[in-house]
Amino acid sequence: MSDPAPRLDRDLIAMRVAREFEDGFVVNLGIGIPTLCSNFVPEGVQVLYQSESGVLNYGPLAEEGRGSIDLINAGGQFVTPNPGMALFDSAEAFAMIRGGHIDVTVLGGLQVSRAGDLANWFLPSRGIGNVGGAMDLAAGARKVIVAMEHNDRTGNPKVVDQCTFPLTGARCVDLIVTDIAVIEVLPDERGLLLKEHAPGWSFEAVQKATGARLERSPSLAEFTFA
Amino acid sequence: MPTNKTCHGFADAVSDIPDGASIMVGGFGGAGGLPFRLLTALRDHGARRLTIISNTAGVSMVTGFGWPKGEKPIDHSILFENGQVARFIGTYPVPGSVSLRNAFQAAFDRKEVALELVPQGTFVERIRAGGAGIPAFFTPTAAGTRLAEGKEVRTFDGRACVMERALRADFAFVRAAVADTLGNLMYVGSSRAFNPAMATAADITIAEVDRIVPPGKIDPERVGTPGVYVDRVVARSA
Repeated sequence: MSDPAPRLDRDLIAMRVAREFEDGFVVNLGIGIPTLCSNFVPEGVQVLYQSESGVLNYGPLAEEGRGSIDLINAGGQFVTPNPGMALFDSAEAFAMIRGGHIDVTVLGGLQVSRAGDLANWFLPSRGIGNVGGAMDLAAGARKVIVAMEHNDRTGNPKVVDQCTFPLTGARCVDLIVTDIAVIEVLPDERGLLLKEHAPGWSFEAVQKATGARLERSPSLAEFTFA
Repeated sequence: MPTNKTCHGFADAVSDIPDGASIMVGGFGGAGGLPFRLLTALRDHGARRLTIISNTAGVSMVTGFGWPKGEKPIDHSILFENGQVARFIGTYPVPGSVSLRNAFQAAFDRKEVALELVPQGTFVERIRAGGAGIPAFFTPTAAGTRLAEGKEVRTFDGRACVMERALRADFAFVRAAVADTLGNLMYVGSSRAFNPAMATAADITIAEVDRIVPPGKIDPERVGTPGVYVDRVVARSA
């Protein structure tokens, strides 16, 4: 099976995800493609980033050699303070997450199912996994966006009927953004709605690369970035 | 409680830790908030069959996580390398990259160490509960996943929730910027992390700090851990 057109790179996936951010949103970004989203927040939108490391409203990464060990994000990178930053301990960081105070979390994914189940913490071939804060974010954030490649390195679909990898959360995903598609997970297991596809792709081509049945949105369109 | 908790030297601070002890280790995972002088003293002390309770099992020594470039990271790995750990309870045991292996992974593969993996929010809440006299609680986190297997599940407001038990330890190693001799601790930045919760949840809490000051030198408004939770304070510099 050959692709009808190129797939988007990681920056473009992140750029599309960032369009979901609204002014004043509190956002928690996972590691990988999600981290890149902070580079593409639309003009006029101010986002407050929250990190499991105990920071709300941190700024850009510190310049090389200028960071402090006492101000890191959840990926262990040195960040800078924004005016109005707040600091707190892990219990508070997760009260914030579980308590529904995070507007959006963007997580990476190994598999997402038709019902919105997410698997992203355990790769069976490794035999051991890091769960970190992913399960708490999946359960507690108001909106869960998964940013990932549509297919794995050997071409297997990552959007599937049922996850075969261990779950991070059941029925927790709201939106899937991949290198070829934007898919809404309809509530109450009503299925997957294809809303956008990459330039040069079609509903049929995306469906062919997907392991679950897709519904066609009446307003199905090419990816929009602006 | 004693009115001077100052301990002279890291070796002294850990000298009574027996084989088989359970030890909480604070910090998020990087250099900030990690009591690595206490970890080094524990390595030298040599207690064995330990249970280590910490967010990571030591990933910085292979990844540089949370350490400045050019510095040589020290982390929990020194205990796994030395064969002192029988059990690890935490959230992030191995490096994020599949191609990197830490000392925990090597010990795990040799079947020397057992792993209890806990979602991070559940992990800190179990510790908080342990310090606050709450024996158990329900959380939606992990419901329907393998980390909830064998646990009681109840539905509240239409949502499946998992019962989680409180977590305590024999010792807690925490790290703060400043202590006074009464054991009040002041933290800075993201180096709070798991330290305040862990300080409350152990029989003996040992704080590694940059400096120790007389009572009154920490603004009461800036006390992050009240001294009632802290048994020993040891300074990184005299």
